[in-house]
Amino acid sequence: MQLLVNGETITANESDTVAEILQKLGYTGETFAVACNGYFVPRGTYGDTPLKAGDNLDIVAPVVGG
Amino acid sequence: MDKLKLYGKEFDSRLLVGTALYPSPAIMRESVAASGSEIITLSLRRQSPEQQQGKMIWDYIQESGCQLLPNTAGCKTPKEAIALAEMSREIFGTDWLKLEVIGDDYNLQPDPFGLIEAARELVKRGFKVLPYTTDDLVVCRKLLDVGCEVLMPWGSPIGTGRGLMNKYNLQTLRERLPDTPLIIDAGIGAPSQACEAMEMGFDAVLLNTAIAKAQAPVLMAESFKLAIQSGRAARNSGLMLKRQTASPSTPTLDMPFWQQTVSAGKEGESV
Repeated sequence: MQLLVNGETITANESDTVAEILQKLGYTGETFAVACNGYFVPRGTYGDTPLKAGDNLDIVAPVVGG
Repeated sequence: MDKLKLYGKEFDSRLLVGTALYPSPAIMRESVAASGSEIITLSLRRQSPEQQQGKMIWDYIQESGCQLLPNTAGCKTPKEAIALAEMSREIFGTDWLKLEVIGDDYNLQPDPFGLIEAARELVKRGFKVLPYTTDDLVVCRKLLDVGCEVLMPWGSPIGTGRGLMNKYNLQTLRERLPDTPLIIDAGIGAPSQACEAMEMGFDAVLLNTAIAKAQAPVLMAESFKLAIQSGRAARNSGLMLKRQTASPSTPTLDMPFWQQTVSAGKEGESV
C-alpha cells in the first residue's frame, strides 16, 4: 500500500504500524513526534496504530522558532 | 521582588526571545544569553532522520536551562494547532504553549475565532496557553473566559519592526485587564519600542527578528535587555502627567534682572 510521509509517497506493507514505518525510515531516539491524518499519535501507541492505504503521516522534530 | 509571574512560575527577566533567523547557532546561543531571557520559543517542523537541526536544537535545550515555549507557528486551523501542540508537549516535555492560529498569510494576523476555539480545547487538555492575539479587547476577554491566564497581543505584524501600531487599543487592554499578565508579542523593531511597551505597563515583551537580524545580534540582545529593565523601572516609578503648556523647572523666585513694573518711572531712562 502507499502512504504519504512528510508529503512524499512511500510503499509499505499492508497493516504496517506506525512503529514499523518509523523503523524502516530510520527514525530513532525521542526527538520526533508523529501525527496521522492531522491527528497526534502518542509515542506509546506507535506499535498499536496500524496504517491503511493513503494515510498521511507527519513526522516532526524541534526547530528554531519565533 | 519585581518578578514576572506566569502560570505560577516566577521569572526575573521580562524579555522572551525567539531562536530563529540568527546568522548561526553559536550567535543564537550567545544572543539568548546576552538577552538574559529565561523563556525561549521553539517550533516543530517535518524532518527526515538524516537532518541534524533537531539534534542541534535538542542539545541546546538541554543546556539552556530556559523555560521552553513551543509555538504553533504556521497553523491555520484549530485542528492543526491542537495536533502540533500535542506533538510539542510530547517532545519538549512542557505544557506551555505559544498558541498561534493564523488567519491571513499577508500580515500573519491571528484568526480570533480559530484562536479562541483552539485555546478552549487546549486548556481543557491541560495546556498553559499563551495566545498570540490581536489587540482587540473583546477577543482578549474571550481568551480569558476559556481559561488563558496570560495574553500576548501583537505590537504589529510579525517581522515588521513597526513597534506599537495601535497604542489606543493596547492602552485599553492594559487598563481594562489590570490583573492579567500581558506580553507584547511581535512587531517590536527597536529597544525604544520595547521600552515604551514596558512604560505603558505591559508585563513583558517577546521578540525575535529585531535581535536576530541586527548587524550585531549579541549587542542588540543586551540593548533590549537594558531597554526593558529601564521601561519597567520607569513604569514602577510613575511617569509624570503630560501638559499642554510649558512649566519652568528652574525656580522663578528671586530671578535676577526682573523688576516689578513701576508706572512712575522716567521716560527714556536707560542703563
